[in-house]
Amino acid sequence: MRLTGVDLACQRGERAVFAGINFAVESGQALTISGRNGAGKSSLLRMVIGLLPIAGGRLTLEGGDPELSIAEQAHYLGHQDALKGSLSVGENLGFWAGFFGLRSADPHSPLEMVGLAGLASLPAAYLSAGQRRRLSIARLIAVPRPIWLLDEPTSTLDAAAQDRLAELMDAHLAGGGLIVAASHGPIGLSAAQELRLGEAP
Amino acid sequence: MTPLTALLVRDMRIAMRVGGSALMGVLFFLVVVTLIPFAIGPDLALLKRIGPAILWLAALLASLLALDRLFAGDHDDGSLDLILMGRAPLELVVATKGLAHWLTTGLPLVICAPLIGLLLNLDLPEDGALMLTLFVGTPALTFIGLVGAAIAVTLRRGGLLLAVIVLPLTVPILIFGVAAANAAVTGPTAFGTPFTILCALTLASLVVGPFAAAAALRQEME
Amino acid sequence: MALIDLANPSRFLKFANGAIPWLAGVTVLVFAFALEQAMIAPDDYQQGATVKIMYLHVPSAWLGMLCWGLMSVAALGTLVWRHPLADVTAKAAAPIGAAFTLLCLVTGSLWGRPEWGTYWVWDARLTSELVLFLLYLAVIALWNTVEDPSRAARAVAVLTLVGAIDLPIIKFSVDWWNTLHQGASVFRVGGSTIYPTILLPLFIMAGAFTLLFITLVLAAMRNEILRRRVRTLQLMQASAAN
Repeated sequence: MRLTGVDLACQRGERAVFAGINFAVESGQALTISGRNGAGKSSLLRMVIGLLPIAGGRLTLEGGDPELSIAEQAHYLGHQDALKGSLSVGENLGFWAGFFGLRSADPHSPLEMVGLAGLASLPAAYLSAGQRRRLSIARLIAVPRPIWLLDEPTSTLDAAAQDRLAELMDAHLAGGGLIVAASHGPIGLSAAQELRLGEAP
Repeated sequence: MTPLTALLVRDMRIAMRVGGSALMGVLFFLVVVTLIPFAIGPDLALLKRIGPAILWLAALLASLLALDRLFAGDHDDGSLDLILMGRAPLELVVATKGLAHWLTTGLPLVICAPLIGLLLNLDLPEDGALMLTLFVGTPALTFIGLVGAAIAVTLRRGGLLLAVIVLPLTVPILIFGVAAANAAVTGPTAFGTPFTILCALTLASLVVGPFAAAAALRQEME
Repeated sequence: MALIDLANPSRFLKFANGAIPWLAGVTVLVFAFALEQAMIAPDDYQQGATVKIMYLHVPSAWLGMLCWGLMSVAALGTLVWRHPLADVTAKAAAPIGAAFTLLCLVTGSLWGRPEWGTYWVWDARLTSELVLFLLYLAVIALWNTVEDPSRAARAVAVLTLVGAIDLPIIKFSVDWWNTLHQGASVFRVGGSTIYPTILLPLFIMAGAFTLLFITLVLAAMRNEILRRRVRTLQLMQASAAN
């Protein structure tokens, strides 16, 4: 599987955010996107899943399921956690697992992998910011999808949780997945290409 | 669980939990109906004559309640981004959210309407006819409201705008709903004609609403 | 045990656990006696057996109003003394008061149908009772909207006190409306207009209703205290899990 962007450009309103961006990521590889604030890191990720229109260039996925769009084969971990405070931890995860097509969701093992085992029956409103983040990450594990698009995945995570996330990302890559992550700093990926936005090409 | 049942269950759970909107609609309905006799006086004959119109207006306002949060809530916490990434067609997703909203807001109104009708001096067979018109008509109100909810999704004061957008669109439903209910209560016109048109309007809005709302959402999200 | 000891939720729980079975038992006995008295009480010469609805209708009306009184006292406790048990009392009492008020409205409607030919009229008594019911629902809705119970308690306390001022105003302001409902007959200047053979069962029934009310409020308060403990434990569990 190979995700390629050729000469991509992004336009937000009147402002050209970036142009002429090229990248290629294959199964088992990771790409980190860095750059100053406003350089378009989040916009690039949102373009990949079709939440922003592509203003120029091409975005292709080879070797995926031809019936499905890129977004339908990808997980997106955005700035927001997409959790409902009045639902329990297990219900939140169960919903996303069910919505993303998992017929019988077992919330226990993904929760255990992010260190939230035993909290399944608690309302999500009681969780701290880091715990909410980990609950969002559990979604990526619960439903297998080959492409992970992570926007600042380590923000609000403590050192132990960052290590755990790094292990999960390594396991995902080892299983043939690919990761595109936007981040200001290192996120613990051992071998990753880097794409710097906001610099003159 | 299929994606759409998962969504239905989740939306209904949210509506019924703390901070949810499930019974607010009924309470609002009851309060509005109670206020009318305070304003126009306790004349039972008059109340009976305008009773169907009062109930329909109150139901219309009550079913718009909380509709502005239908997509805005999911937009604010990032859920909508993920919902757009699902494999279920957006039109069906929108329709499912509309169904969940109707089941938690519209259906309780329909169930309570006969009891509240008693307050307006409607008798049991008339009450039944009124309930039937509301049962058929309230889904149309919700599904037309979906369009407004989708347009107002990214706006901060969406609730007010929603009412302004949606209320004019509901005029045909109101006309034929009240006409059918009036025919049952006071006569002399037949119940069947306006009721059939009401059914047709509802069926049409069940189709048009989700498509228009999904199109609006796609535009808004870009 | 002094009354002040009950202010401590743990002591209150202990007291409630001990008292509820006894109270429930006494309630059942008094109800049995009251129902028997109501059955053997004479029928009204005009209304026939329909008058027996009164034995449910009048006590539930009294209790519906008494409950708002209790909630108002609890509201003062919340606002002035910030007492946790006052919050619990107010929250526990609201649905029970709403239930009694609804019972009063329903029995009244069923009584009105044969006597007045209609389930409902918009007269002063009925309307102010309906407004009381709506206020109960508003209080319950407010409790169900705010997740943090101590924040909800202060908001509800303000609403309860405003409602306590508003209720008599509603009651008197609608008095100019023509009324079908009979005037005060039990407690009035110059003595009751009801014969003792009907009045005595009514008072026994009111006693039974009051006992039922106290039992239900205590049980609901116990549930609410336990519910809050569950919430605290869950919050602690979430922060301990890290």
